[in-house]
Amino acid sequence: MSYEVIGITVLWVFLYGYLIVASVDFGAGFFSYYTKRTNKNHIIHDIIQRYLSPVWEVTNVFLVFFFIGIVGFFPQTAFYYGSALLIPGSVAIILIAIRGSYYAFATYGAKESRFFTFLYGATGLLIPASLTTVLTISEGGYISYEDGHVQLLYGELFGSLYSWGVVILAIVSVLFISASFLTYYASRAQDKGALELLRKYALIWSFPSIIMGVIVFFLLGGRNPEHFSNMVDLWWMFAISFLAFAAATYLIWKRRNYGTAFMMVMLQYFAAFFGYGVSHFPYLLYPYLTIYDGFTNETMAIALISAFIGGLLMLIPSLYFLMKLFLFDADYVQGKK
Amino acid sequence: MFEYDPVLYSRLLTSLTLGFHAIFATLGVGIPLMIAIAEWMGIKRNDPHYTLMARRWARGFVVIVAVGVVTGTAIGLQLSLLWPNFMQAAGHTIGLPMFMEVFAFFFEAIFLGIYLYTWDRFKSKMKHFLLIIPIVIGATASAFFITTVNSFMNVPQGFEIIDGAIRDVSPLAAMFNPATPTKISHVIITCYLTAAFVLGAIAAFNLLKGRNHVYHKKALHLTMVSAAIFAIGTAVIGDFSGKYLHEYQPEKLAAAEWHFETESEAPLILGGILTEDNEVRYALEIPYALSILAGNTPDTVVTGLNDFPEELHPPLWVHYMFDLMVFIGMYLAAISALFVFMNWMKKWNAFRRPVLWAIFAGGPLAIVAIEAGWIFAEVGRQPWIINGVMTVAEGATASPHVDIMLYVFILLYAVLGATCIAVLRRMFKSNPAEHELEERGIAHTKEQNVN
Repeated sequence: MSYEVIGITVLWVFLYGYLIVASVDFGAGFFSYYTKRTNKNHIIHDIIQRYLSPVWEVTNVFLVFFFIGIVGFFPQTAFYYGSALLIPGSVAIILIAIRGSYYAFATYGAKESRFFTFLYGATGLLIPASLTTVLTISEGGYISYEDGHVQLLYGELFGSLYSWGVVILAIVSVLFISASFLTYYASRAQDKGALELLRKYALIWSFPSIIMGVIVFFLLGGRNPEHFSNMVDLWWMFAISFLAFAAATYLIWKRRNYGTAFMMVMLQYFAAFFGYGVSHFPYLLYPYLTIYDGFTNETMAIALISAFIGGLLMLIPSLYFLMKLFLFDADYVQGKK
Repeated sequence: MFEYDPVLYSRLLTSLTLGFHAIFATLGVGIPLMIAIAEWMGIKRNDPHYTLMARRWARGFVVIVAVGVVTGTAIGLQLSLLWPNFMQAAGHTIGLPMFMEVFAFFFEAIFLGIYLYTWDRFKSKMKHFLLIIPIVIGATASAFFITTVNSFMNVPQGFEIIDGAIRDVSPLAAMFNPATPTKISHVIITCYLTAAFVLGAIAAFNLLKGRNHVYHKKALHLTMVSAAIFAIGTAVIGDFSGKYLHEYQPEKLAAAEWHFETESEAPLILGGILTEDNEVRYALEIPYALSILAGNTPDTVVTGLNDFPEELHPPLWVHYMFDLMVFIGMYLAAISALFVFMNWMKKWNAFRRPVLWAIFAGGPLAIVAIEAGWIFAEVGRQPWIINGVMTVAEGATASPHVDIMLYVFILLYAVLGATCIAVLRRMFKSNPAEHELEERGIAHTKEQNVN
């Protein structure tokens, strides 16, 4: 494998990690707010707090890792995406800033406040919507590049069906991933009430997520035929994704093996996300930038990959420790610790 | 009205974000060490007061760190959004420590999550103490890595530019450049110093309010002893920093000191104003001191600003930032040493109101010094973003609307800052130390000697 491929694979894996952990977090925020409105918050409040409190910061780091990593491996992305994304990027920063700090304020600082919960719920849906802009513009046609100046074409972005399709896909996916994880967490906690409610949410959001997936798949055909035909060549990955979805939904429906069901959801998104990524290859930004012309020098690549391996050797045991204490420790999950 | 200039607005927005982030980042690096010291004392002396101190500091710390995290995320993204050309060059040359900084932070975040929620989970207190160590290491390592990037911007090395393209990159040489040793040690130790003083100021405030529980006295003593040690370290490193500047960035030192003519026996200039023809008025001059700072002897020749073309002069008002930083640094050293000394003389009462007031003032002043120091470091590098390689104007975005973003972010930070202060106040007001001491049944443990 070339350094370019290793680099993009590492980054894509981290982005996938972010997709999963952040979706759980974002969805939890929304459910927390929604149940507060419908006076069902007492049912799921504890479950959500117990899971989120120790991990929220870790979630954020996945994202930072991705955007610092991509500038390290592919410095030219800073030029193209950095120039184009001033406003969408700033919007995302603001939402993330509000979400992170108000979560901490509410959890550690003060009494629960309706307003804080609202911010936490609303940003949970808006952040994925704003972040998807990056994936959307990577398809090409949303930016202009003239005499060294990159500009985002807002009319094109806001007027495009594809772009809105991706936004909706992101939001329903967040809710589905989150509900299926929290269902599993509630079942571990043996919290019947929470389990029932969250299972219902998981089932509600399961079909919209797959339907939007299919819609976006075909919308892309109109947007970027080259990428679309690459995706069709990789049809089997999307087939795996669909089968995993079917298995997950079946298990949740049958009230069985919630753990396996969540693994299936992860597989569903893994296959679709990598199918999308691999078929996007080698472009980082259609049609301006591929992973080959945007790549850093070889010495830096080796240094980054070594640092990455060293970092993983440190992180994996620590993450395992974290999960062991808060995710797999039945007493903690059940609130006995 | 002003003509829209993306470079100007990018600078303003970056300094806004960094200025705001610096407060939280500094405390975020420094406080874990103070927590570790307190928890360690609690175990070693078997004194629950120190353990409670660690607990309460950790509770405040997590709120600070949350704002630090989100503003850190903001600056990380803004660097690419506002300085795309700079980041492109930086990615090629100094991308390694930026990448490693994320790992260090990742490490810290994981253990912080564990630390906060496991106070009573392990049988042995020592086990819980061990969890703070990765947090201290992660926090300090973050500061280390990110400061190497700043060092690189001051003394770029580890690459060649051939036909406009960056070649022969050596990431380690870029990281470990001549600016690295002094810059890193200065940043890290002043983080510790600031954290000690801010926590000390809180203890002093409580004592001033008439809350005379020995808990607050212990907190004050612990923070002031630490602060005195860090302040001495700061002074020593400051001396090395002067020598570093003399050697590698003489124009920065000269701008800081309003030193125009290259000469030996150069005086150190404190305060003063500059006339239109660059004459220094009303300043306090310490003879030979600049030469001694630069090279340990009065006959060291210190390069003056007149040796540099005028378009490469940094703005001369950085002199005030430099003086402010140095003055506050000396004040912190003096006041912490005074407290420790007075407390050591058994017959003296170190907890007199004037002393407490002086310590209380040291908290906010330490933050001012941090800001002044960073402003001096950044503005003193003007007009360069990467010294001698890329100017600030070349590094900036050409996007429209940076001005609107500036206003939006001013609003954001104002709201975040205000809520953060409100939340911290409410947190500690609704649950004062006395209340918690009572609750935990440790309010009336034997009056121990505070030493």
